[in-house]
Amino acid sequence: MTGTAQAPLLRMRGVGKSFLGVPVLRDVDLQVRAGEVHALVGENGAGKSTLMKILAGVHRADAGTVELGGARVDFDHPVRAREAGVATVFQEFNLLPERTVAENVFLGREPRGRGLRAGVDARAMEEETGRLLEELGLTALSPRTPVRALSVAEQQIVEVVKAMAQSARIITMDEPTAALAGAEVELLYRLVRRLQERGTAVLYVSHRLQEIFDLSDRITVLKDGALAGTVDTGATGHAGLIRMMVGRPVSAVFPPKAEGTRTGGVRLEVSGGGNRWLDGIDLRVRAGEIVGLAGLQGSGRTEVAHALFGIDRFTRGELRIDGERVAVRSPRRAVRSGLALVSEDRKTQGLALHRSVLDNGRLVLDAVMPLRSRERARRLPGLFSSLELVARSPAQEVRFLSGGNQQKVVLAKWLAAAPSVVVLDEPTRGIDVGAKHAVYTLVRRLAAEGAAIVLISSELPEVIGLADRVLVLRDGRIAGELPGGAAEESVMGLAVGAAPARAGGEADR
Amino acid sequence: MTATGVPGTLRRTGAALAGGGSGTVYALLALVFAVVFAINPSFAQPPSLLAFAQQAAPLVVLAVGQYLVIVAGELDLSVGSLVGAQVVIAARLIDGQESATLPVLLLMVAFGAAVGLVNGLVTTVLKVPSIIATLGMMLVLYGAVRLWTGGAPTGALSEAFRTAGRGDAVELPLLGGVPWALLIAAAAGAAAVALMRAPQGRTLVAVGDNATAAAFSGARVWRVRTLAFVGSGVLATLAAILIGGFAGVTAQVGEGLEFSAITAVVLGGVVLGGGRGTVVAAIGGALAVEALFTLFNQLYLPSTIQPAVQGLIIIAAVAYASRERSRRSPRAPADAGGPEKSPREEV
Repeated sequence: MTGTAQAPLLRMRGVGKSFLGVPVLRDVDLQVRAGEVHALVGENGAGKSTLMKILAGVHRADAGTVELGGARVDFDHPVRAREAGVATVFQEFNLLPERTVAENVFLGREPRGRGLRAGVDARAMEEETGRLLEELGLTALSPRTPVRALSVAEQQIVEVVKAMAQSARIITMDEPTAALAGAEVELLYRLVRRLQERGTAVLYVSHRLQEIFDLSDRITVLKDGALAGTVDTGATGHAGLIRMMVGRPVSAVFPPKAEGTRTGGVRLEVSGGGNRWLDGIDLRVRAGEIVGLAGLQGSGRTEVAHALFGIDRFTRGELRIDGERVAVRSPRRAVRSGLALVSEDRKTQGLALHRSVLDNGRLVLDAVMPLRSRERARRLPGLFSSLELVARSPAQEVRFLSGGNQQKVVLAKWLAAAPSVVVLDEPTRGIDVGAKHAVYTLVRRLAAEGAAIVLISSELPEVIGLADRVLVLRDGRIAGELPGGAAEESVMGLAVGAAPARAGGEADR
Repeated sequence: MTATGVPGTLRRTGAALAGGGSGTVYALLALVFAVVFAINPSFAQPPSLLAFAQQAAPLVVLAVGQYLVIVAGELDLSVGSLVGAQVVIAARLIDGQESATLPVLLLMVAFGAAVGLVNGLVTTVLKVPSIIATLGMMLVLYGAVRLWTGGAPTGALSEAFRTAGRGDAVELPLLGGVPWALLIAAAAGAAAVALMRAPQGRTLVAVGDNATAAAFSGARVWRVRTLAFVGSGVLATLAAILIGGFAGVTAQVGEGLEFSAITAVVLGGVVLGGGRGTVVAAIGGALAVEALFTLFNQLYLPSTIQPAVQGLIIIAAVAYASRERSRRSPRAPADAGGPEKSPREEV
């Protein structure tokens, strides 16, 4: 840990913020030192984003003070914050896909040549970008590559380099790993550590406890808009941190199998399934069984879900549901055949954000079975309450709900259609601890009711803890099968194609 | 699910009047009528109001059709040309024979549906943006009609045909004659309201809001959108029947109506791009546009001012809506400070 002796780089004191009279932050203190990785955690709705946005100049605090490097600041615009050395890497990137890495890094601040070369000095831009990339130990990335050719992780790097080029003193990252997996996460870890070595402070907002413990020096916990405390990472553990976040101990992270869960006949069967991305997919899921699909990003997990659901269908092989051969050519056919897909990205694939909770809950019924929609929609209020959905009313637009509650609406939408096979693709991504628990409980209950479940997740403990069997994908093929509760190292070993697990990153979780 | 309380209600009412959502259009409608009544008190008499309803009926019908397309995330620029083409077709084919009325009406409905089908398929299957696809259709119809008639419409409409647009259905004591056009427009509006409350209507709006989510939920997006265009084509035909009856046959009939309809719909707070707004507000928008034109007449303003005013309304309404939208949805809405606690609700 560096810089413990000196005054903090950032000191927020007594920060308060209300929206239309409702307080969302009350008297919050936050101190971040230079060269420190400081994690900011809390359930959805705890006020993390609001605090971040006050720091970034998006919102202005109603109360309290913000000091940067000992001087009092009051940002009334994001540009002011950036000029003062506060950079924010949001979940959605602000990069221009058709421009090169260097052009993006210098967007709006392009260096100019002189005299006859009075235009943008491309070479200077590229050299400077290359220097910064080198400083981060990322020589593989060329400043001349167009951004559209980059992976999500690499785009994130570009965002960070952009922040560095503006000589940021503190970089805030909002759920930086939400879209990453495996090796990409390791890349981000390295990046954060490099920034730390340079003396840049990193404020790291994440739901993933493992990352927080791997990376951070200190952790600030927010709960219901107030400060629950700041602790040294070394002085606390998972259980202690969860207690601070939710104010109660979480008994067991994964609920046990529901009573009366019996494994029945095969409900979903794929033999020799393949398409552009997949090959030789053999998959059998019985009633009451939870089968996990693990693998690195790009290994074909989501592609399997999409193939099952007719979005990018299997062009080879056979698909049977309850023993009957079906040709799932479209999501509509999939729904008709008894399938449900809780898709990876609920905002772009799961919800009509400007529609009400109730309308979204009825989406599948309305679209696929309009004649029975009214009758089946009667189940929705019961489903909402059994999922412990928190909304102002069923007429509230879903875009105003937190991530966890939005996910519950997606789940309710599918449950209303009473599916026999449920495919969940990253069902807990970006949602808080409480909502995760609700998802786990639901998965168990569905299994107990005789549904066949396919669970896809980048969070290994989740797959291992919930599934009866885990299939590991690699390069569009099934690399192997492991029983539930297998060691994370063995799953990773299959996923990366090396029998013994590597050191670092995922393996030492 | 907390109660909002009196201040919240007051604030919302005030905000609705000041502008935002569909509340604005009703406030505007009331305001325009108040001014018209003030200038010309006799306008408040039932006969004048019924005459107004008769005159406004075609635009109401067109606005309902345009609403179906706009809420599904598309735009139909071809309706004005289609109205013109239908009136000319009717006049030429009927040519004054009463017996030809019904077959020609059926043919017109089929033609309107076919135009909508082509618009829809070109947009959804050939993936031509609807603004271009229907702009093309607008020019095709415009040119084809002139080619077919040699520039000037020929023939005549039958009396039976013209009844819908200018005749009265019943004679009521006190009120006077209730025009067919009012009943037809009301029926079209009621049918649209019923549709929008049905599963099919909700799917239509969901497609406009998020086509991917709708498709992943099992909706056939291309079919839903194509049907919206077909609905627009059929309703434009209905409008053509009303307009032909009301105003007769001219070469200019239908010109500019697509913009009047779009103005009406956006004034009703139905956001271009789809997924928001109600059909009732779109109808309110049509009435407000028509009332505004009436006001201009009362003020003896030249009718040539109408397109300019429509243009201003479209720009202002859409600018207002997008300003609202960008203000309401922050750039990184994920985990935006506990929305169930932070009241970024309808303001």
